[in-house]
Parts: sequence; C-alpha cells; structure tokens
Amino acid sequence: MAESPLLEFKNVSKSFYGNNVLNGISFTLNHGEILGLVGENGAGKSTLMRILFGMNVIKETGGYEGEILVDGNLVKFDNPSEALKAGIGMVHQEFSLIPGFTAVENIVLNREPQRKSIISEVFGPRLNTLDRKKMDEISQKSIGTLGVNINKDMLISNMPVGHKQFTEIARELTKKNIKILILDEPTAVLTEKEADTLLKSIKEMAKRGISVIFITHRLQEILSVCDKVLVMRDGVIVRETPADKTTVREITKWMVGREISGISAENNESKIQNKKEIKKIMSVQNLWVDMPGETVRDVTLDIFEGEILGIGGLAGQGKLGIPNGIMGLYEAGGKVFLNEKEISLNNPRLCLDSRLAFVSEDRRGVGLLLDESLEWNITFPAMQIQNKYLKMLLGGFIKWRDEEAIKEVTEKYIKELSIKCTGSQQKAKELSGGNQQKVCLAKAFALEPKVLFVSEPTRGIDVGAKKLVLDALKKFNKESGVTVIMISSELEELRAVCDRIAIVSGGKISGVLPAYTDSEEFGHLMVSNVV
Amino acid sequence: MGKTIIKTDLIDDNNSFMGTVKSAVKSFGLPRLIISLFLLLMFILAPFVGANFFTQLSNTLNRFSWNAVLVLAMVPMIHSGCGLNFGLPLGIIAGLLGATLSIELGFTGATTFWMAILLATPFAVLFGTLYGFLLNKIKGGEMMIATYVGFSAVSLMCMMWLLLPYHSPNMVWGYAGTGLRTTISLDGYFNQALSGFLRINIGHLSIPTGALLFFGILALGIWAFLHTKTGTAMTAVGSNAKFARACGVNIDRVRALSVIMSTWLGAVGILVYEQGFGFIQLYNAPFNMALPAVSAILIGGATVNKASITNVIIGTFLFQGIVTMTPTVINSMIHMDMSEVIRVIVSNGMIIYALTRKSEVSK
Ligand SMILES: Nc1ncnc2c1ncn2[C@@H]1O[C@H](COP(=O)(O)OP(=O)(O)OP(=O)(O)O)[C@@H](O)[C@H]1O
Ligand SMILES: [Mg+2]
Repeated sequence: MAESPLLEFKNVSKSFYGNNVLNGISFTLNHGEILGLVGENGAGKSTLMRILFGMNVIKETGGYEGEILVDGNLVKFDNPSEALKAGIGMVHQEFSLIPGFTAVENIVLNREPQRKSIISEVFGPRLNTLDRKKMDEISQKSIGTLGVNINKDMLISNMPVGHKQFTEIARELTKKNIKILILDEPTAVLTEKEADTLLKSIKEMAKRGISVIFITHRLQEILSVCDKVLVMRDGVIVRETPADKTTVREITKWMVGREISGISAENNESKIQNKKEIKKIMSVQNLWVDMPGETVRDVTLDIFEGEILGIGGLAGQGKLGIPNGIMGLYEAGGKVFLNEKEISLNNPRLCLDSRLAFVSEDRRGVGLLLDESLEWNITFPAMQIQNKYLKMLLGGFIKWRDEEAIKEVTEKYIKELSIKCTGSQQKAKELSGGNQQKVCLAKAFALEPKVLFVSEPTRGIDVGAKKLVLDALKKFNKESGVTVIMISSELEELRAVCDRIAIVSGGKISGVLPAYTDSEEFGHLMVSNVV
Repeated sequence: MGKTIIKTDLIDDNNSFMGTVKSAVKSFGLPRLIISLFLLLMFILAPFVGANFFTQLSNTLNRFSWNAVLVLAMVPMIHSGCGLNFGLPLGIIAGLLGATLSIELGFTGATTFWMAILLATPFAVLFGTLYGFLLNKIKGGEMMIATYVGFSAVSLMCMMWLLLPYHSPNMVWGYAGTGLRTTISLDGYFNQALSGFLRINIGHLSIPTGALLFFGILALGIWAFLHTKTGTAMTAVGSNAKFARACGVNIDRVRALSVIMSTWLGAVGILVYEQGFGFIQLYNAPFNMALPAVSAILIGGATVNKASITNVIIGTFLFQGIVTMTPTVINSMIHMDMSEVIRVIVSNGMIIYALTRKSEVSK
C-alpha cells in the first residue's frame, strides 16, 4: 500500500458572504516536497492557506467546505494553535508579530526556554524564569541561518518591513516539530540577494523532511526551488505541473489566461540626456534620517523635473529612510529644497501641502484604513489636504462630503488599476494583499502630486498587474509630468522603469547611474560601503 | 460536465440564502437580538400581570428621552479613538454648574434651561480642553485615565458645592445659609422644560415630544458633523491614527475636539436628564451616570472605536426599556414591592454584561 501523502486537500471551497473565492480545490503534498503556489492577485492563495492554518477569519465568515487530511487523517483546525500543534507553521503575507516585543521575544514566543528556580519548584512551572541567554542563542542562530544582520534586541514596532519579514521567518525556523511550513510571499520585500539566501534555507528545510508551501509572485523563484507548481485562477486550480517541466512564460499564461509581454525593458533613452535644459525640482542636501533599521546618514541627491528616479540598495542600508524622512514620518535633519525653496522637515502636512505624495512600504500600518471602505481609503488624503470631493455649503463654512464624487473617482481607479473587489464600498481589509497595494497607489494618484515617492510599489503584485502598475506610473509620469521617485528592492524593476538609479549603501548614496547601465555595476555599488 | 455546473449553482443559491440570514443576524448581533426579544416578552407580559401596556411604553419613552443625549455624548470620543468616555462626569459637572448658576442668577421657568446650556458651555469647553490635553499625553491608556479623571473631578466638586458662594434660598441648605443641597427641586425652573413641550397624551400613552425632538436635533447635528471634512478626519484618526497623520491630519487637535464635543454633550445631556427627572442631583450623583451610558451604547452595538447614531438609539431604548420594564413586571408577579432592588440588580447586570462584551469586539 502506498504511503499516504503528508497533506491532502479534497474539494475545498470557500465563499465570503456569498462571494465564491475558492471552488473545489484538490491537491496533495508529500514529505519534503516544496510546492509553489502561484496565481493572480485575489486568486485565493492566501485564503487557501488561511483555511489550512485555521485562521479565525475563516470561521467567522462561515467556515469552508471540503476536506483536509494530514497524514491521512481528517483535520479541521479551529484556530492557529491547533494547526501549530499538528506541525503546521505559517509566515503571513501581513506580519503577525507583536509590535511591543523585541525580535528575540517574538522568535521564541510561547516556547521560551525556561529556568527552574526554587519558587517554581514549589509553585509549578508557570513561575519558571526565562532563560534569556538561551533565548538569545536560539534566535541568533536562526537569524544567522538566514544570513542577515538584524538587531535581535530591536522592538518589532521600530523595524523596517524587510527585517520584520526575516524575524517572522526566523520564528518559524526555530519551531522543532514543524512538518509543513507555509510561506505567503516571504520574498516580496527582499532584494534578489536576500531572497536567494532565503531560498537556500528553504531548500535545506526540505532536505530535513519539512514540506513547504511557497507563495510568490516572482515566478523565477518558483522554478528554482519548487518540486511542483500549482497555478490558481479565480479560485480554481488550473494547472498542476512539475517545476522542471515548465517555464515562467508558460506559468504566466496559465495564471492570467493569456500571453503577457514582459515589462517593457525598452530602454527609455534617458530623458535627462535628451532634454536641453533640465530643471532641478528637488535637491536633498546632507539628509539624515533616524528610521530604525533604515538609518540614513548623509544623503545628497538632485532630482530633475519629470524624471523617474530609482533608489535601490540592500535592505537595511537606508533606501527606505529617504522618503520616510523627507515626508516627515521619521525624525530627520539636513536640507531639502523643492523648486529652490527649502521645505522644513518633520512636518508631514507641509510636505503634502507642497504637493509631495508618498506611498509607504508599510501598507497595513500607514498605508490603509483597514476598517473603512475603498472610497474612504482612496479619497481621504486628497479630501483632507486639497479639499477635494467636498461640497462647500454656506460659503465654505461647512465642508460636506460629496459621496457622488467620491464614488465616481473610486470607481475610476478601481477600473484603471483593475482592483479586484466587490464594489467601492468594500472594506480595505477584505481585499487580497496585491489589491490593497493598488489601493495605496490609487490614493497617491488621487492627490495629483508634483513629486511622488513610491516605496516598493509592486510589493505583492502579480506579474500581469505589475505591468499595469508600472505602466500606470509611467503614464502618470509622462502625461501629468509628475516626477516619480521609486524605491524598490528589485533592481530589474527599477531598470525597466527609471531614467536614473541611485544606489544607497551604508546610509549614503554610493552612486547614481543611468538605468541602462549593466546590473553588475549596480551590484558593486550596493555593497560598496555596507555597514 | 453540465451536471456539475448545475450542482454548484444550487449550492451557490443555498449559500447566499443562508449567508443573508446569517449576515442579517450578525449585523444586528445575537446578544442584541436576545435582549430585544426579552424586552418584547416584558411588553407582552405586562398586561397579564396588571400593568398597563401604554403606561409602560410611556415610561420607557420617557426614560429614553432623559438619557439619550448622555449616550450620544459617547460618540465623538469613540470616533476619534479615545475609547469609551468614562470621564463623562466631567461634562456632567459642567452641566451642573450651568444649571445652578442659571438659577442663582435669578432666571425662572423654561428660560433657566436654555441659560443653563449657555452657562455650561464655557465650562464644558474649558474642561474638555484640559481633559483632551491630558488624553493626548497618554495615547493608548485613555479609558483608564478617563475613569480617574471622572473620579477626581467628582470628588473635587463635592467640596466645591459646599464652598462656592451660592445664595439662592432654593438651592442652599436652609439652616446654614451656604453650601448647596444634595437634591434641588426644579419646580418653577426647568422641570419638564422640554418634555412638556408639545407633549402628546392619548389615554395612557404620553409622549415627551419636546425632549425627543431635542435629542433628534442633536443627533442630526452629530450625524451631519461626521459627514463633514473634519468629521471624516475624526473617524479616520480613530480607525488608524498613523494613516491620518501621514495624510496631514493633526491628530492631537482632532482628538481634543472630540473630547470637547463629548464633554459638551455630557453637559447638555445631564440638563436634559434633569428637566425630565425634575431635580438637580449634586455631590456623588455624577458617578452614577457614566456606566449606564457606556453600557447603553455597547448594547446598541458600538465597539471601542466604531459607533453610530443608530447604536445610540437602539442601545438607549433597549437599556432603558429593560431597566424600566423588568422591575414592574416582576414586581407585579410576586406582589411585593421590590422594584427598586430589582432595578438596581437589572441595571448593574446589564452594565456588567456590556463591559464584558467590550473586550470581545476590540481589535
Ligand atoms: N475577510 C474577507 N472578506 C471578504 N472577502 C475576502 C476576505 N478575505 C479575502 N477576500 C476575498 O477573497 C479573494 C481572494 O483573496 P486572497 O487574499 O486569497 O488572494 P491572494 O491570491 O492571496 O492574492 P494576493 O496575491 O493579492 O495576495 C479576494 O477577492 C478577496 O477580496
Ligand atoms: Mg495573498
């Protein structure tokens, strides 16, 4: 008799308030197998994994249909801790770390090594003291295997997204009884290099017999680590195939149901060179930003009107600190000039008033009103800052929300960015990760800024939509003459869209090169003065 | 192939029907459904135990009209994320100052009511500003601090009511000639100032039209405010303060504004309560107002950072309905005068229930 597979899904379906998002999903996963799960934004990948992990949202919204078998036994997890007991671990697309705790505390949470004391001998193990030294050791080791440099004593709330991601993965790695590890877009905020480190550790885990379900929108990663690929479209599995028998192109076709041309790597013959007179729109001088984990030390940079400037670099080197500092979200110093006029730092309102806009990389924290509708999310900044979508009553004394205008503009962006939702009134928290990202972009577009900072604009966005988003950025740049500063950990993406790319290393600009320069040169710059 | 499609369609229909029922129950809330059914049962039982249905309905409406504004006072602070306003006594004190000053200044009749609101306003704004300043210093622990603020303010005023130089013979202790009495009758002042206005009497049914109308106007005002730019900002601050800050909203100012609004509504709320009740109650009385108001809005379905006017109306009606009906019905059933005891048990029971629910819904 054949050994039963480690995990089996039989005809699993799920609907949210009558909206079917999963339909008859069946697949198997064997011991030590790495399964790649791909599909467009909103295809249902995260939902499928949430079902397996017993997340509360599933139960609260009416549960699911179908059967899940682990080791041949029927299971139905009512909450994540039951799933954990059964040996299932999950790294969420949105982080589930405790903000007020340090990295170490999060990593060993609930499994803290303990020391017995006289008191606990008498009163029981609940009074054991924590073995801090051992905790540090365990965490250090697991962070070490990931090959990154994270301050283990830093509070999660102070961490940049990339580090949160690693902490979360480190947490799963330390779990001893883990049989199945679910990774929901773990590489979305990582640079290629960091992602490689991660992929290596995934392979090692599989060798130790752990099965991995790996979700990503970077299809190349799927091909390089997975044994088997599952392609989902609109809640059904459209294809299951061994990873070594397919190509990125084929997968893309299955995902979206049509051919997609790659992001046009057409070289945008640098506008900067073509234009006779180039105007400096922004000039940054000796900027420092105190953003934990993304410290900016001394950045001096000129930005030209109408260009798309890319900022790249490794995680933790300070590339994210630049926009966060200029926009006043973290304490900053130095000088920033906009059109020759100095703008004072540490004051978000002033920046917004001078028509700067920012799409934050921290979309759950700063980026979205999760409990409110898409309408509110998209129009709120423009309403507050520019008095848009308001009806002026009594000579402007009363500024009344103009629901019609709000609906209209929201629907416009839903269409333009093809945001998958049930309507403009749907709550932001009910959207899939990639679609939330699109909402963040729409919000910034609605501001019609002169200078737009976008941080990780394609984080968690599928291949088809990526083109859409990048094209939208380009179009926005070309038609409205908006200067775009795009911060991304994906160099290839920057090269495809930008005119020039600045590389940040050690909190300083290590070089600014035209986008068509060889990748290798950028690679050198990235590590030039790493701290 | 065709068969399977039909099958899924059926399941779909089934799903969406069950879905609608479920979501209807969910949106109204199971606990609220139970409380409503219980209240309905009380109304049905009333005639059988010898209590007139219309008298009971009038009682409930009456108590609703006294309390609704105090419950409404919860809304602005909930919206801005300051949580439940356990500091309601602060607003109540402003209201009491307004009422006593208005009488002291020699106004009579219904005018005292409007003068009281006018005189209470500067106090409410002042207290609200200070209170808001304090709450902005301790973001995250608002509700605990609010409780302390309520307690200390009431204690301080216990002294002040004795010491302040009031002279009106209708208010001060007869023998000493100074210091305010614990209970001051409003006969000749604003007793029934609102409730008496356009009161509808049909048989046993009596509707305090004026007071309901007054609440309606205030509720409409809050509803309208929440539809303005500033109101939208207030809701967003409560929903995600970081988001609002990144959108250029001055969080501290919005929060302070919400506290001032809540405090002012508290002041007006107590005046509305007093005009119905017929007495001003000083000293420790403000203590007893905050918890019922908090409970009512929670029972109405509000959460720690979301509240609507509907929550206020449903919650006040259910809470006051149960508190008025249960003692009458049970009392008539056991033929013994225990209504006061039962009232205390029921209202405290509701408060405890509501407060345990709170943790359920918070994020
Ligand atoms: N709590 C919820 N309430 C209602 N609908 C939801 C909820 N969670 C998810 N959905 C819907 O289910 C669908 C699938 O979402 P899911 O998050 O599984 O997508 P995904 O494949 O993970 O996409 P992405 O690549 O963008 O992360 C989406 O259309 C989403 O709007
Ligand atoms: Mg997802």
